[in-house]
Amino acid sequence: MSDSRAPILDAIRRSLRRGALPAEEAAACEARLANHARNPVPARATSLPPRERIALFVRMAEAVNATLTRVKRPEDVPAAVADYLAQFNLPPRLVRAPDPALDALPWSARPLLETRRGVAERTDLVGVTGCFAAVAETGTLMLHSGAAGPTRNNFLPDTHIAVVRAGQVVATYEDGWDRLREAHRGDGFAMPRTVNFITGPSRTADIEQKIELGAHGPRRLHIVLIDDGEAA
Amino acid sequence: MKATSRAFKSNARRALGDPQLQRAMTNLRSGFAARRAVAVSQLPEWEALREAAVAIKRHTLAHLDFYLEAFERRVVERGGAVHWCRDAAEANATVLAICRRLGARTVTKGKSMIGEEMGLNDYLEANGVAPVETDLGEYIIQIRHEPPSHIIAPAVHLVKEQIAQSFRETHRDLDPARQLKDARQMCDEARAVLRPRFLAADVGITGANFLVAETGSSIIVTNEGNGDLTQTLPKAHVVLASLEKVVPTLEDATTILRLLARSATGQEFSTYTTVSTGPRRPDDADGPGEYHVVLLDNGRSALLGGEFEDMLRCIRCAACLNHCPVYQAIGGQSYGWVYPGPMGAVLTPSLIGIEEAGHLPNASTFCGRCEEVCPMKIPLPKMMRHWREREFQRHLPPRPYRLGLAVWAFFARRPALYRPAADLAARLLGALGRARGRFRALPLAAGWTRTRDLPAPEGRSFMSLWAARRAARPAP
Repeated sequence: MSDSRAPILDAIRRSLRRGALPAEEAAACEARLANHARNPVPARATSLPPRERIALFVRMAEAVNATLTRVKRPEDVPAAVADYLAQFNLPPRLVRAPDPALDALPWSARPLLETRRGVAERTDLVGVTGCFAAVAETGTLMLHSGAAGPTRNNFLPDTHIAVVRAGQVVATYEDGWDRLREAHRGDGFAMPRTVNFITGPSRTADIEQKIELGAHGPRRLHIVLIDDGEAA
Repeated sequence: MKATSRAFKSNARRALGDPQLQRAMTNLRSGFAARRAVAVSQLPEWEALREAAVAIKRHTLAHLDFYLEAFERRVVERGGAVHWCRDAAEANATVLAICRRLGARTVTKGKSMIGEEMGLNDYLEANGVAPVETDLGEYIIQIRHEPPSHIIAPAVHLVKEQIAQSFRETHRDLDPARQLKDARQMCDEARAVLRPRFLAADVGITGANFLVAETGSSIIVTNEGNGDLTQTLPKAHVVLASLEKVVPTLEDATTILRLLARSATGQEFSTYTTVSTGPRRPDDADGPGEYHVVLLDNGRSALLGGEFEDMLRCIRCAACLNHCPVYQAIGGQSYGWVYPGPMGAVLTPSLIGIEEAGHLPNASTFCGRCEEVCPMKIPLPKMMRHWREREFQRHLPPRPYRLGLAVWAFFARRPALYRPAADLAARLLGALGRARGRFRALPLAAGWTRTRDLPAPEGRSFMSLWAARRAARPAP
C-alpha cells in the first residue's frame, strides 16, 4: 500500500495556493484547539435557574419517549427499579454496570430483585447504569466508557435504566464537555474511548417513515432521578 | 460504486411510472420535511447557529492540512491509526488488509456514504469477507441488492409490502406463515436476525459525521443504536471518513450537531451521538482493541479553493433532498450514484466528472428551496449553474440544445434586437394560440410539450407593456 499522506497534504496546499501553514497562523490554530471556546449556545437551558433546569430535563426526556421516576434518596433507587420492572411485567433480573456509585445502593434490600454486577451479555434483558451528566437542553444522558462503564451495557439490554443524580443535570452539551475535561484533568485531557449521548430509546423510521422504538438498542429507556435537592 | 448517472433521463422516467415508488415518496413530505419545520421553529437561535456553523467550516477548510495533521497526532497518541487514502481503491485495500490481519470473516457495518462511494461491500465480498449492513434501511437495500435512494433513509423508496417480501426471501429459516404486515413486525425481525451478527463480527466499520482535531475523536449519530453495537463488540473499529469531516474542537462539533438532527429528521437531537477515541484503554470493561481511521480524499482536495469549495461544508443531513420537488418526484436511485438530490447534483459531477453526471445539475427547477433549508448555507442552485456553464463550455450538451441556446444568447446580448424580437414572438404566439389559450405542441420543443402545454402569451411582451404604461402615466 502506498503512503498517500504527503501527496494528499500537498494537494490540499496546492488547492489553497500556499505551502505549509505559516508559524503564526499555525500557532493561532493551536490556540483555538487549546482554548476550545464556545460558539453561540441556545438560551433554552442556560437561562434557567437550577430547579427549572431539572424540570426542563425531565420534560425533554419524556418528549423523546424516555420514562422517569423521581426518588428523594439514593437508597430508594432499588425499590424504584423493582417497581418499574413490575409495572411493565419485566423479569426482576438485571445486570448492573460495575460502577461504585451503583455498588453503594442497597440492592439486597430487595431480595426478589436479582442483580448481577458486570458486563452485559446477550441474555441480559435489563441493564442498570449510572451516568456522567444529563443535558437539560434536549433531555440527553451523557455516559462514558471506563472500568465502571462498559459501553455495551448501554445498548445490549432491551431495557436500559439509568440512575441520574440531580447534581448531574447540566444545561448544555458544552457544560458536559467542561465537566469531562475537569474530571480527567491531570496528565493532559484524554478522552475516554467512548462518550455516549443518549436521547430516548432506540428508534427507526426506515420503513415508510413510521417511527418504531427499539431498533437495535434498548426498546425502553427509564431514568431514575435522585432528586435530593442538590443542583448543579 | 458504479455510476449510472448517464442514464438519468430513462431512470427518472421509470421512477415516475413506478406506482410503489410514487406511493413511498409521498411519505417524505409528511415525515422529514414537516418535522424539520417544527424543530426549527422551536429554536430561536437557528440563524445564529447556522452562521456559526458556516464560520467553523470556512475556518477549518482554510486550514485543512493543519487540522488533519492535528487530528492524526491525537489519534496516534491514543493508540489508534490514520490511513490516508487518495481514492476508493486505496481505501478498499486498506480495509481489507485490516480484516485479513485479524482473520476477519464477517464485518458489521454502520451506514456510511463513504463506504458506498468506495463500493466497499462488493470489494469485501469478492475478497472473502462478508459485510453485514446493520442500519435497518441499509440492511433492507443490501438484501435487495440495490443502491441507497436517500443519504439518511436508504430504503425510503420502498413500501412495506416490498420489504416484507424481501424478508421472506432472505430469512428462510423463519416460519413462512409468520405475519409481516407492519413496520413493527419487520423491525423486530431485523433486530432478532442481526443481533447474533453483531456478536459474531470480527471487525466493525462505521462512517463518521465528524472528526475532532482537538481530541482525535470520530463522532457518529444514529437513531437505531446499530453503530454502537457495530463499533463496541468486535476486535477492531474501522472508521471511514472523508477529509472534510474534520472540525477543530468538541465545541465546534457540538454547534453543528445542533443543526444536524433538526435538519435531517426534525429531531432535537439524534438518539445516539457517540464520540469514539482510540481503542479500549487498559482498564476499560469493554470496547474494540484497535481503532483505525481510513481518511479518504477521492477528489475532495481538488475542490478546495475553487467554485465548489462551499460543497465541502455539507454535513449530509439530506434536508435538500427532502425539500426538492425533483427528488420527491423521482427518488434517489435515478441520480445513478451515491449522492442524490441537490447536494448530489453538485457533488457527483465534482467526484465522478461532469461527462458522467451532466444530467444531474440540469435536473433542477431552481426553486431555491434546497439553499433555503441547508443548515450550512451552501449555495446549491448557484453551483448547479456553475456546472451547467462548464458543461456548455465543454460542448457536452446535444447540438440542437447548444444551437438554441446560441441563438437565444445572440439576441439576449443585444437588447435593441431582443426586445422587438420578443415582442414579435409574443404577438405571433398570442395570435396563434388565441383560440385554445395554450399550445399542445411546438416545433423544436417536442420534449418539453410531451408532458405539458405551453400557455399562449397574451399578445404583448413585458417590456412593451411596461413602456406603454410609463408613457401613459407622466413622471411624478
